[in-house]
Order: sequence, then C-alpha cells, then structure tokens
Amino acid sequence: MKTFRQSVSAVWHFYRDSFRNMTWGRPLVWLILLKVFILFAILRVFFFKPAMAGLSDEERSRIVGERIAGRQPEAGEPVPGPETYLP
Amino acid sequence: MDVIAWSRIQFAMTAAYHWLFVPLTLGLALVMAVMETIYVIKKDDFWKKTAQYWMKLFAINFAVGIATGIILEFEFGTNWSNYSWFVGDMFGAPLAIEGILAFFMEATFFAVMFFGWDRVSKRFHLVSTWLTGIGATISAFWILVANGWMQNPVGTTFNPETVRSEMASAQAFWEVVSNPVAISKFFHAITSGWVTGGVFVVGISCWYLLKKRQRKFARASILIGSIVGIVGSFAVMLSGDASGVHAAEFQPMKLAAAEGLQDGGRRASFTIVPGIKIPGMLSILATHNINGYVPGINDILNGYTDNEGNEIPSVAEKMAMGREALIALSIYRSTDDPSEKAEARYALEENVQYMGYGHLEKPEDVIPPVGVVFWAFRFMIGLGMLLLLELLVIGWLAWKDKLAGKRWLMIAAIVCIPLVYICGQAGWIVAEVGRQPWTIQGLLPVNVAISSLSAGAVKTTFFVFLAIFTLFLVIEIRILIGAIKKGPETPKE
Repeated sequence: MKTFRQSVSAVWHFYRDSFRNMTWGRPLVWLILLKVFILFAILRVFFFKPAMAGLSDEERSRIVGERIAGRQPEAGEPVPGPETYLP
Repeated sequence: MDVIAWSRIQFAMTAAYHWLFVPLTLGLALVMAVMETIYVIKKDDFWKKTAQYWMKLFAINFAVGIATGIILEFEFGTNWSNYSWFVGDMFGAPLAIEGILAFFMEATFFAVMFFGWDRVSKRFHLVSTWLTGIGATISAFWILVANGWMQNPVGTTFNPETVRSEMASAQAFWEVVSNPVAISKFFHAITSGWVTGGVFVVGISCWYLLKKRQRKFARASILIGSIVGIVGSFAVMLSGDASGVHAAEFQPMKLAAAEGLQDGGRRASFTIVPGIKIPGMLSILATHNINGYVPGINDILNGYTDNEGNEIPSVAEKMAMGREALIALSIYRSTDDPSEKAEARYALEENVQYMGYGHLEKPEDVIPPVGVVFWAFRFMIGLGMLLLLELLVIGWLAWKDKLAGKRWLMIAAIVCIPLVYICGQAGWIVAEVGRQPWTIQGLLPVNVAISSLSAGAVKTTFFVFLAIFTLFLVIEIRILIGAIKKGPETPKE
C-alpha cells in the first residue's frame, strides 16, 4: 500500500513540478486549453448539437430506416422486379 | 451549393487540416527517437541536444494538432447523423481503442518524454520517446481500420431491425481489423508521415546551413532526416502498390477515375500525363500481370468479367438489386406478418451488397469527379518522386560532406516542405474524392448519409471553422518560426 501511495505521489509530483517549471512550453499549454475550451464550450454547445440527441435507439433506427428505405410501401403493393428499373 | 456540398466541403477542410499535423507527428516521432537512440548508445550530449530540438518542434506541432480530429466526430453527429447511426456499432470498437490508446499512451509517454529529461533514467526516457511515436502510430491504425471499412465494408452484417452495420462476432472483428484495404492504407499513411518528417527535418536543417549556423547539427539532422525520408519513400511505394491492387479489386471506379480510363482492357496503359502513356503498365500496377484486365469507366457502367472470371453486373443491374433491397427493407420494417417479414428479409439479404445503388438516380452517378482524382493522383506520384530525389541527393551530399556552397539545393530543400504537404493532401483527395458518391462503398451514398439540416447552418459552421483553423495555423507557424530562429542548444559554429 505504501509503495502504491509513493508511486502515485511520485507521479503527481512529476507532473506538478514539470508544469510549474515549464518555460517555452507554457504558451503551448495555454493554447491547448484555449482550443479545448473553444471546441467543447463553444462549438459543441452552440454549433454542433448532435442531430439525433435525446432520441432513443428505437427512434434513431426508425428515422434512419425511413431515410434509407425512402418510403413506406402501401399494404399489398407488389415488389417490383429488376426489369422495372433496367434501362 | 446544397447542404450535401457544404457538409462535404466542411468535412474535407477539417480532415485536411487534421492531416497537416498528423504526418509531421508520425515522422518527427521517428526522427527524434532515432536521434535519442544514438545519444543513448554513443553517450554523446550533442545527440541529446539535437533530439531535444526536434522534440521541441514536435511538441509545438502536437499542441496545435491535438484534438483537431475531435471536430470530425462533432461533424459525424451533426452533419452526418444517418451515417453515424449506420456505422455506430462497427466504428465503436476501433474508435474506442483509438481513444484509449491515444489518451493513455500518448499522454503518459509524451509527458515523460517532454518533462522527463534528467528526471528518469536514460533508458526509460528513450523507451518513452519510442512509445510516444508507437502510440501515435497505433492510434492512426484504428482510425484507418474505420476508414478502410468504409472503402471495403467487410466483416459486418446489415441488421434491418436496427438499421446498422453490425459486427456479430469476434471473427467479424478480426475481418474488419485485417481488412486488406485498411492494412495497405495504414502503411501508406504512416510511411508518408515518415517522408513528411524527413523532408521537414532536411528543409529546416538546410535553412541553418544557408544561414551558416549550427552546421554540425544541421548535417547530422539532414543525415537522419534523409534516411527516415528515403526509407519512408520506398515503403510508401510498396504500400501504394498494394493500394493500387486493392483499388482495382474493391473500388475499380476509383482506379478508372485516377487513370481517366474510359475503356479498359488487357495490357492497359498507364497515363503519365495526357498523351504520354506506358503500354501495359496499368495492368501490371493493378493486377501484377501485364495481361491483367483493368475495367474502364464504361466497362464498369455496362458490366464486365473480372480477372477471376466473375461476371460483374452493370450499374443499372446493381441499381435494380439495390432498389429491391430498399423495398425489402421497407416491407420488413413495416409488416408484422411473420411470413412476409421472412420473405422481405430473404430478399434484403440477397441484394444487400448493392443496397446503396438503390438510391442512385442514374448509372452515371457512380462516376467520381474524374479530373480532380486524375490530377490529384499525378500530383501525389510526381511530388513523391521529386521528394525522393531531393532526399537522395541531399542525403548523399551530406554524407560526403559536400553540401557547402550548394545554395540552390538548400533553397530547393526548403521549398520541398510545403510540397510534401501538398503531396499528402493530394493522396487523400485520390482516396476520398475517388470513392464518391459513397460514404460506405456500395451501401450508403453521401446524399443518404447526411442529416436533415439547412445549407445555411452548415455554411455558418464552415466559416466559423475556417476562421478558427486559420487563427490556430497562424499561431502555430509563428511559434514554429520562433523556435526555428532561436535554434538548437548545440554549440554554435
């Protein structure tokens, strides 16, 4: 247990001291944070809402199924053979 | 332009932007790992400083490139929701593995590599440097498994209940992972990254030589950069050869478009540029046999017999089968009668491989923009050969220590930096524009993959992205130029 704690502590100190002592890398970290903020707090929230957010899997299957199948056939409508479509 | 065009342009711009950073990450990772290995073996501080310098440029590129791929996933959910649902089950596993590996391997070992000089042992640091590059490479593998599946959808079954392509077993997962298209794409993309890294290192090093600064550092970097680039170039040719054979087998229309081949045949000629042809060469490249049959655009439209003797239906016939599949799907999803359902399922399974053709309005819809693919293919090959020549000449002269005074050659090496990026982007244009109109080959065309959005909404986000991307690119180039001007910490000569 002690060894585990020591390892976690060593890793924590490694990262903490490294970030504190950064020189030319510091602007890069700010750049990454700025980018992540723009991506997730602005673009994702205001511009990129998933089109099917909040729908159940059944509803998604139905919507995509209708889009792919194109239309719902009438009851008893015959299935056309290939000759219908051949030029 | 309609919503499909705007969505495609937006995705293309995002992917192209992402691909500015990925190849340099892959290439520089190898260059600096090799340099650090030399440092550990030779125990010479010069190599440590040299590796550290390229690591700094790697870090800048990494910082600006990081998370640019996530925007593609945003676009999947917003602009391409039908496609996302269709592929969700299949993409889940590779992209989850990619995310976990990218996060844990790159984040962990990148931190050790970046911060760990003099704080961990030399060997552990070296292992971390290699694992950072290997992590990025494995990460790319899973992305290309997903992309390869879109070009050649193997290992999955279309489930009409869920309207998804699903992996039913571990065997199916293996088929997806070992998809020959994914494997050749992976090696092609990774090794093209090595070329990018090599050309970048050689070009920047030549700038130092031009400025008469850091000559020892520049010469050493040119040697390593050119070796990595030359090895990468030959590996790109081998994997490109495999890609050509796979295109002939699985996406013949892409190959026909890349060659501008209207009517195919045996002993098909390879067009260098319009009017200059090498007889039989296309057959050799596409089938590894001078008598191999290569179908042209008209052959694909009208149907042909492939090299294994299989009768390939005409596009009109595929459209008919595709429409049968769509009607069967529709009946399957609307009926509660078990026998009617079973019959519809049977009809669907019989024709499902051509399901996407059912959405086409006319056979000619399967032809991608031939001019774009044809010229992108020539740019890719032409620039690739030019870059190899540059690496061979400069590498040789650096080896012989005869670069001094070859001012024009050094300027050419700097000019090659943007050219290697154009070369890589041209390759992706061939791969992605060449497979139009499909998002998933034969199964899902782009006009069905798209969400129900207005063109204005996509146009707005396109220009928002364009502004943000341009800003970040300018920032990166400024930081990079600053770091290059400052130079390495090796002794000045």
